[in-house]
Amino acid sequence: MEVVSEAKEFPRRRLIYGALFLLLLIFPFKAGPYWTDVATFFGIYVLLGLSLNIIVGEVGLFNMGHAAFYALGAYTTGILNTVWGIPTVWLLPVSGIVAGGFGYLLTRPIIHLRGDYLLIVTIGLNEILRITLINDPWGLTGGPNGVLGIKRMRLGSLVISRPIHFYFLVLIITTLVVMALLRLQRSRIGRAWNYIREDEVAAEAMGIDVRSMKLLAFVLGAGLAGIAGSIYATKMMIISPESFTFWESIVLFTIVVLGGMGSIPGVIVGSAVMMILPELLRDFMQYRMLFFGAAMVVMMVFRPQGLWPSKRWQLEMGRETEE
Amino acid sequence: MLELFLEQLVNGLTVGSVYSLVALGYTMVYGVMRLINFAHGELFMLGSYLGFTLLVSTSIGELGVGWGLIIIVLMVAGAMALLGILIERVAYAPLRKSGRLAPVVSALGVSIFLQNAAMLIWGSRYRAYPVWAALDRRWEIGGVHITLMQAIILGVSINLMLLLYCMIQRTTLGAAIRATAIDQETARLMGIDVNAIIRFIFIIGPALGAVAGVMVGLYYRQLHFTMGWTYSLKAFTAAIMGGIGNIPGAMVGGMFLGILEMLGAGYISAAWKDVFVFVILIALLILRPTGLLGERVAEKV
Repeated sequence: MEVVSEAKEFPRRRLIYGALFLLLLIFPFKAGPYWTDVATFFGIYVLLGLSLNIIVGEVGLFNMGHAAFYALGAYTTGILNTVWGIPTVWLLPVSGIVAGGFGYLLTRPIIHLRGDYLLIVTIGLNEILRITLINDPWGLTGGPNGVLGIKRMRLGSLVISRPIHFYFLVLIITTLVVMALLRLQRSRIGRAWNYIREDEVAAEAMGIDVRSMKLLAFVLGAGLAGIAGSIYATKMMIISPESFTFWESIVLFTIVVLGGMGSIPGVIVGSAVMMILPELLRDFMQYRMLFFGAAMVVMMVFRPQGLWPSKRWQLEMGRETEE
Repeated sequence: MLELFLEQLVNGLTVGSVYSLVALGYTMVYGVMRLINFAHGELFMLGSYLGFTLLVSTSIGELGVGWGLIIIVLMVAGAMALLGILIERVAYAPLRKSGRLAPVVSALGVSIFLQNAAMLIWGSRYRAYPVWAALDRRWEIGGVHITLMQAIILGVSINLMLLLYCMIQRTTLGAAIRATAIDQETARLMGIDVNAIIRFIFIIGPALGAVAGVMVGLYYRQLHFTMGWTYSLKAFTAAIMGGIGNIPGAMVGGMFLGILEMLGAGYISAAWKDVFVFVILIALLILRPTGLLGERVAEKV
């Protein structure tokens, strides 16, 4: 039944997505630089949300220190560019690899930790990194002021500097990532991840290498966050530890849960809520964050499964209640 | 050399007993509901602010250190217990059956709400507790200084913890709490009112947190609306170090964390003390994945 309805729905859905994508292409030409910038940052958050979604959403590993990997990417770009003058175009993939590598090294010894133990350890990693950045080891990170004067990316004769350039850079990367992740979800790996999330013991018994699958999620998630960090660094040209606090990790975590665990459209909706809601509440002035906190509670109470839960999740949960 | 060590040990125990009190709130809620109640730190912070207001704008403080302190602490603890129940009703009760992460986000929402409420009420600048000269009385024991306030913190926390421990281990209510922590469904079948147990947990936890808040205010004298974050992170770490869901574990974990932190500040450097604490935490969890005393939580497989 499910397959039939999905097939019938497919062309129409494809049409809607196509139209949305066209809108995204036209958007920066109509919206002006301010909103283009807002959209760019929104895109960076979507990237970060997607990267965390791999870890929290797909595999169900509680990671509340994701800003650490974001910071690793940003600082890799910042330091390598300002100290050794390596062009930032090259540093985009390098930052991803470095962050992914750290993701492997840092989580390898702790990957066996269950649920909340992993949560506190990831918070700990986030704090360790933030304090290290502030304390400026070997004069590399610039302490509380951070790294200044990061160069923009240069592609041939094009310097990615105007809001519209960044908009398209982020749009292209995000689109590619979304497409790759959609494929991944339907692959053996994606299914293995979901299996681990739903029942780790059964997954292990079915021959899934739980440990490497979890590590793979961490490496991919961290690497993707590193790429987002690299974009952020070249966009801002200045990075400082205060952009990568525990609070940032909480926002990312909330994006994933609010949107719906393991749901790619959910991440986009979640990022929109976390970014746009504070803007909409601007009229409330100093009461803004008060309402924001209350809104988080209300949204969770009324939609505990997330604003846009994943199909697979719905199917599973639906079956469970039928039995 | 030894003096520095002992001095830091006393400081560590003082801070650690505060962490323990806050960690108890975390660990009890976790034990019964499997929920990391991130809003708990904010109740500690609100308790601290409320104590400040009572001390500054009423004349309770004039009753002297003994009665004045007792009345303030009781009032604050009562208020926070009420708030705790309210939060449970509004933000957690509707989410009891909906997975692990939805209540966590709800708790984060409550936390943001309370933090900003405190900022709106008491302002975003640091506030200072009034100086209470009697609390600064110092003794010297074997070269180590200890103030009256430190003695009060240690005495009150240790007594409260012993009381709680006895209640959990010796009374029928305690047995009901332990049963609920092990298996809610079975506990319900045995005639335990699980909802009442959860409400009770949300009275005890915030009340203990509030006592800790007032004592921290009197000890450090500085208040800020973000202090809930800082302490809640530490207290949560302490609860994990001891083994979450384990009540003696939270007590031991808090003390251990406090001592670690102060030794780190004394021997390494104040700037790196939190790094030191978290590195020890990670090392500890690699060696003992369920904390110092082991958890008391039955994981559902």
